Parts: sequence; structure tokens; C-alpha cells
Amino acid sequence: MNVEQQSATMPAIQVENLSKTFGKGESAVTVLKDINMQVAGGEVVGLLGPSGSGKTTLLQCLGAVIDPDVGRITFGGETLFNDGWKQQDRRALRRDHIGFIFQRPYLIPFMDATENVAFLPMLQGKSNKQAYQRAHDLLELLDVAHRADAHIEQLSGGEQQRVAIARALANNPPVILADEPTAPLDSQRALTVMKLLHEMAQKSSAAIIVVTHDENIIPLFKRLYRLRDGILHEELQQAD
Amino acid sequence: MISLAYRDIGNSFGRYLFTGIGIGLLIGVTLTIAGVFRGMVEDGRALLKVADADIWVVQQNTLGPFAEPSSLPDDFYRGLLALPGVDRARNVAYLTLEIGSDTQRVRVMLQGIDPDTFLSNIIAGRPLSRSHYELVVDQRSGFQIGDTIKIHRHEYRVVGITEGVRSPSGDPMVFLPLKDAQEIQFLKDNDALYRDRKKLRDNPQLNPPNNPQLIDAVEQSLFSNHRVNAILLTTRAGFDPDQIAADIEKWLRVTAYTKTQMEQILIGNLIATGSRQIGMFLAILTIVTAAIIALTVYSMTQTKLKEIAVLKLIGTSNFLISRMILLEALGLGLIGFLSGKLAVTYWAPLFPKHVVLLMDDTLRALVLTLIICVLASIAGIRSALKVPPSSAIGG
Repeated sequence: MNVEQQSATMPAIQVENLSKTFGKGESAVTVLKDINMQVAGGEVVGLLGPSGSGKTTLLQCLGAVIDPDVGRITFGGETLFNDGWKQQDRRALRRDHIGFIFQRPYLIPFMDATENVAFLPMLQGKSNKQAYQRAHDLLELLDVAHRADAHIEQLSGGEQQRVAIARALANNPPVILADEPTAPLDSQRALTVMKLLHEMAQKSSAAIIVVTHDENIIPLFKRLYRLRDGILHEELQQAD
Repeated sequence: MISLAYRDIGNSFGRYLFTGIGIGLLIGVTLTIAGVFRGMVEDGRALLKVADADIWVVQQNTLGPFAEPSSLPDDFYRGLLALPGVDRARNVAYLTLEIGSDTQRVRVMLQGIDPDTFLSNIIAGRPLSRSHYELVVDQRSGFQIGDTIKIHRHEYRVVGITEGVRSPSGDPMVFLPLKDAQEIQFLKDNDALYRDRKKLRDNPQLNPPNNPQLIDAVEQSLFSNHRVNAILLTTRAGFDPDQIAADIEKWLRVTAYTKTQMEQILIGNLIATGSRQIGMFLAILTIVTAAIIALTVYSMTQTKLKEIAVLKLIGTSNFLISRMILLEALGLGLIGFLSGKLAVTYWAPLFPKHVVLLMDDTLRALVLTLIICVLASIAGIRSALKVPPSSAIGG
């Protein structure tokens, strides 16, 4: 099944009528208003918006880091949130369903590259052998297997970002949330990272939502979501 | 599962090790101070053991030679020997002074004893056998058999070495014949003697022209010493030392202490102030050590809050994060304890005071260190658990 077909059958992530308000009474601020979105497996979408528009809040809601007020979140057909989380252990939910990529790699400095990737499968209860094999496969896929035993400070910025992407894929998540992954990079490296994310989305069938301000990479998305004053607008564009 | 603590320690092992050693030096100082206190107690007990007396007879209403001046006539023991139950009575005299050569001066406590007194702690040489000019010294004084030591006007030869015999203040004990000790106690230099004699002879009441023998008698009385500091009694089997001591006090108008009472004076009373002071030092050092471990663990946690947020975000349980911090704190405590124990083992013999390192104290220090580490890690764990995983998102 190709990406288009998969997208047509079942979205990897579907968000319906999601709202989030901070504060109460007169000081209440509604940051997200009736958000609806869906992303297919293997698809990479951009999430844009000015500062304070609610991008990070939406990412935190989708990442089960903060609680939306109302709405429904479905990952791969499984409803995880329906006016409340179905699973009490949010940490386990994140561990099993979501991959994260941050502005900076935020790799664990006291582990080597392989351990950074293998740690997540281990948390899922995989054996050490399975976890290390998964890490090795991913590092090879991302072309950093030759740096598998290197400590984080010995890796270049680009290598660190590849290891971070491998970590995000390690638990085989249906959804990857990327928070401005190209922000600290120059335009050439930013393009390389985005190309890598597209490749990984295709290979892993994960839906990737990329929060970005980077004008250079916006043309790479076929679909964009723009947040303005808490309202999400979908845009289609001809990707490069 | 990857051990977070092991990996984190391994990543900055040098810094971790040196921090542990720094804490270890503090633990070493704490153990040393405990050892000094134990040394004081052991010295007191060793002194009583060497004295080998069931009853200590001292000047009336005094606490004995180690706590207060005590003086008794040296022929007083004859009356004590006449009491039922008293097997042996020995005069002893104590005085503290510095002896040795010009280059090596040692502060010692001299104990004047009868030459035939049995000394149980002799490890080399022989006991005193002559009435004059012989010494048996404790090995901590540094003197060797055959050394000649000048004390005031006379020279003494070292004939025996004892082990572990010290005064309650930690000075090595030196045994010498009682008569020599009595002489040293009252011995004056020649100039002082000349001045005192001249003063006496210039006094017409003590040196009348018609009675030349009077001044000789006065000088004889003033310039010789027939007093001792205590008399040590050994009781016969079947007699109650408490009863004998009570009888002595009742009939002979002196004070008599049993061995238990003297131990209480030596260890309970005499060392009490020192032990309170040492207790304060120990308490302060324990608090300082705890504060340093807590601060170290806390700052170690603070430096990796972002990583902890990421760990939480990707699904690491609080248990794993808390275990990392706790194990790092315990590791720090163990390195500290081992290096402290090693340090104190090497530096204790260099202390002028007797430092006794008991296994019980060592084990107590280990348990206390680990408890401190557990408590100290609480601050770090609390700050780690407070970190919201959301702080990893949004820069």
C-alpha cells in the first residue's frame, strides 16, 4: 500500500474539535479552538504560525504532555483522547505511540549513539539484544552506523541530529512530533534534515508533524497547517 | 536495561571521583576525631590496667592524682597493709614534664613506682630493678633501650619499653623508681637551693647561735620529699573492695576509690568535657558532610535537568530517574567513605594523640554516610521529578 492509499484508508493521526484554554474566568485564554487535523502515515506536514499562536501548545497536546480540555485524538485508529485520556499513564502512552525530535538533538550525553537509540526500545520492555539490533538498524538507515560507539560530544551537529531522528523512530511510533528541528541549522543542513525526515516518513510509515518558522523549508511540505489566534487553517501547496 | 547512573558516572568519572575523594577527606577527619575520643578512653583504661589496683587511696576529698593534686605521706601504706583484706600496698607518684635531648623533647607523664612492680605491658627489655636512674618508657615516646636521658640533674638509662601506656591526656608514660620521682617533684636548681638555704640561715629563729643542729634539721625537713600522690592497694580474694574502701575512708581519714570509681573519674569525669567537645565537632562535621553531599548531588541533578526532561518525555519512569540520582549519591558516599577510611588509616599514626580506629565506629560511619546520601539525594530527586517533560518542547 502506498502512502496515498494508506492516507485514504486510515490517517495515522486524527484530531477532532480539540480545544485548550489556560486560566479561568476573565483571565482565561483559549489557545486552541476546535482544532481539526489529520495526517496520513508516511506524510510530513508543516505546522506554522507566529509566536504565541499556539503551535507549542498543540504539539504538547498531541504529545500527551499537557491535557487538552475537549476533543478527540486518534493514533492509527486507536482513540487515545476523547475529552480525557484513555490511558492514565501518559508517559507509557508517549513511549509507545510518539516519537519526538527537538530544536536541538537533546541526546543523553552520558550514553553513546547506540545507547541513545536503544534506550527507548528497552523502556518498552524489549530485550537488550533486540534493542541494540533496532538501534543498529536505524543508525545504518540514517547513515551514522560508523559512529555507533561514539559519545555524543564526539559527534558533529549533523550526526547528532541523525541520531536524534533515529531515537524518534526507535519505538516504531505512528506519529513523530518535530519541534523546529531545523532552527539551529544553516539552510543547506536544514534542507538535508527535511529530506531525511521525508525519507524516514516513507520508510517507517510514520506521520511527521514539523513545527517550523523556517521559510526555506516551507516549500518542501505538500500540506501545511497554519495556526493563527488558536484557529488551524489547512493549506495545500505544490511541494518542491 | 542501560544503567543511567553507571553511564552518567562513567561520562564524568574524573570529576565524580575527585568529588568523592573530597567528601572522603571530610569523612576521614570525622573518623579521626572519633578516633581521638576513643584514644582518650583507651588511654584511661590502659592506665588503670597498668596500675593493676583494686583500690586507689588518695588525699582526703580529692579526686586522685589525675584530676586534682593529691599528696600522702610515703609511710602511710604501712597502716593500710594492717587492714583486713589488703594484700599489697604500693606508693605511686605522678608528674608531667618534658624530657629528652635538646633536639628531641617529648612531653611525658612520669610515674614513680617501686622497682619490683610488675609491668604487664612491657614489649622489650625488662622492668625496673634498681632503686635509681632507670626508666621504662612507652614506645610512643620514641626512646630506645639503652638511651640515656637527662632529667634535671641526673641521667637515666632506658631499660624497657611498654606499649599503649599513656596518660589520660595522651602523653606517653615513663616509669622510674619512686625515690627518683619524689626527688624530681621537689628538686630545685642549685641557685634556688642556695637562695633558700641562705634565707633560712639568715633567720635567727631558725638558726640560733646556741643551737646549730636546728638549721640542719629544718633543711633536712624542707629539702627532702617523703610524699606520694596515691597508694595502690590489691585486695585479697573473698574481700569486698567497696567495703575495704569504706573502712579506709572511715578510719584513716583519706579518700579511697575502687577501680570502678576511678574508671568513672578518669573516663567519665576527666574526659567528659573533651568528649562533649568532640561530640560537637562530630555533629558539625556530619552536618557539613551531609550538606556537601546534598549540594553535590543537587548540583549534579541541576546540570542535567534538560536531559531529565527529555528522558521523561520519551517515557522514562520516575523510578529509573530517581534510581539514577540515588545510586549516584550512594556511589559518591561509598567513594567518600573508602577514601576517608584509607586516609585515616594512613594519617592516624602521624597524630601526636593516640587515635583508635574501632571497627564499630567504621561501620557506624559507613551506615551514617549511606543514610546521609539517601537523605541528600532527596533534594536532587525532588527537583528532577518536578521538571515537566513539556520543558523539552518549545526550546
